[in-house]
Amino acid sequence: MAMAQVGGLGFVALLALLASANAADAPFAFHMALIAVIALGWAVWILRNMDVSGRTIPLREAETGYMDGVVRAGVIATVFWGVVGFLVGVVIALQLGYPELNVDGLSFTNFSRLRPLHTSAVIFAFGGNALIATSFYVVQRTSGARLALGKAGWFVFWGYQLFIVLAATGYLMGQTQSREYAEPEWYVDLWLTIVWVVYLAVFLGTILKRKEPHIYVANWFYLAFIVTIAMLHVVNNLAIPVSFLGSKSYSAFSGAQDALIQWWYGHNAVGFFLTAGFLGMMYYFIPKQAERPVYSYRLSIVHFWSLIFLYIWAGPHHLHYTALPDWAQTLGMVFSIMLWMPSWGGMINGLMTLSGAWDKLRTDPIIRMMVIAVAFYGMSTFEGPMMSVKAVNSLSHYTDWTIGHVHSGALGWVGMISFGAVYYLTPRLWNRERLYSLRLVNWHFWLATIGIVLYASAMWVAGIMQGLMWREYDELGFLVYSFIETVAAMHPYFVIRALGGILYLTGALLMAFNVWKTIRGDLRQEVPMGAVQPAE
Amino acid sequence: MSFYDALRRFADSWGLIFLFLVFLAAILWVLRPGGREHYRKQGEIPFKHDKYED
Repeated sequence: MAMAQVGGLGFVALLALLASANAADAPFAFHMALIAVIALGWAVWILRNMDVSGRTIPLREAETGYMDGVVRAGVIATVFWGVVGFLVGVVIALQLGYPELNVDGLSFTNFSRLRPLHTSAVIFAFGGNALIATSFYVVQRTSGARLALGKAGWFVFWGYQLFIVLAATGYLMGQTQSREYAEPEWYVDLWLTIVWVVYLAVFLGTILKRKEPHIYVANWFYLAFIVTIAMLHVVNNLAIPVSFLGSKSYSAFSGAQDALIQWWYGHNAVGFFLTAGFLGMMYYFIPKQAERPVYSYRLSIVHFWSLIFLYIWAGPHHLHYTALPDWAQTLGMVFSIMLWMPSWGGMINGLMTLSGAWDKLRTDPIIRMMVIAVAFYGMSTFEGPMMSVKAVNSLSHYTDWTIGHVHSGALGWVGMISFGAVYYLTPRLWNRERLYSLRLVNWHFWLATIGIVLYASAMWVAGIMQGLMWREYDELGFLVYSFIETVAAMHPYFVIRALGGILYLTGALLMAFNVWKTIRGDLRQEVPMGAVQPAE
Repeated sequence: MSFYDALRRFADSWGLIFLFLVFLAAILWVLRPGGREHYRKQGEIPFKHDKYED
């Protein structure tokens, strides 16, 4: 068996080397060489760990209990990619404030290459790893069943990391499909499709062998996320490669249809990746951390079906006042406004789970993190529908207001609920009594919250100012401001935004330290949160 | 009538009615009288399987 694996890996390495040698462009050659190196390294690893003595194979660790190894790896990957993604975010925020930081003549450090690196690192690497890790944890603990399909869970984990590395290195080398949040080229997309199908099989397989008769609502949200992302990814990335040994491809669609499919994808990446998936997290980790069931389980099901039925139609609001038919724009707007209701239903459900336990906010910074996440979910799902109204959108669209809106959702909702889940999981996964330090969690909470406030308020001011300057006409009908004047006017807000990002990054570094110390088994001696300092 | 028009008309008539009724049925089913206890129990699921049992 092991020899067959080594042979197979050697064959893959050989094919990849051949593809690399005959590649049409440098990024493709680099990626194929990388795959060859990984396949060879894996083969060597198998050979070194092979038992050739002919002894009876000693008793393997029994495959019972929950499969937590892959969740542990996922938590570490989440923290690692989080720090990387936030760091790149700070760099590009500073580049906008100080353009010299683009470094003339060095193409790798150009804003336009680092920007997709940032968005993919935070959404897909940080958020994706958080979703995969927590979904594997939650589906086992709410089904009473071990993760299905044996080592397939590990394939999902490593396959996903390979996708991230291929995407990230591709961006730095200038590779892009020019589709926002779907920049990776065709062969990287194909690889992600394989990984995703295995992910679906593992998740669904675990649900199928559950001991619990009912499927808990968190799993519904996770499943909706996995299935919808599969559909969005495949349709939006339909493309014809120019050659089989080159990275360039052309989309199967064109014109307004191409734009609509891209934003059907783009908005549902928000709806099903950044919302439904993380709602799965909310519906498990908030009840667990608060030690009480969700406020209304009925409401959670209503939340689920309303979100699923409405979200998929909201995408056209990204294309107001474009060549898209007017009825489609209005449809996108109306569905976006209707989304406000289920979103706030879900927010109320999450917050009210704490009813009767509000005192925990004083003593438990993890629950505080989760509560602020839900509060930001509520804020950004109010702001979003408002911005989708055509009249508001005519001011806000293409301005930094949009960037501010995205970050109050991403930093506030997605980031904070993920941090909460990481802090919940770490002591449990490594069998520690508690986290290394709850006071550090408190520091992380305040650094992140103040960072978000600085970020969002700076972008509100910058965005609305920018929108107003763009539409300012003089009495003869000429534009009052040139584009570069609007950019110059935003400089102070760019600097404030970068400062907010630095605070957020600092919080994440504290989390990395705290998680590392907890894994090592260290416990910081500290006065419990909320306790009165004893008199000296 | 082109294929596009046919799909377009189906979508804003029968398609819309069908999806709306499915949605309504799902919500009404959840809110059915007598479901309260049933759903209260399901909310307890996260607290039942912390330890793996064969």
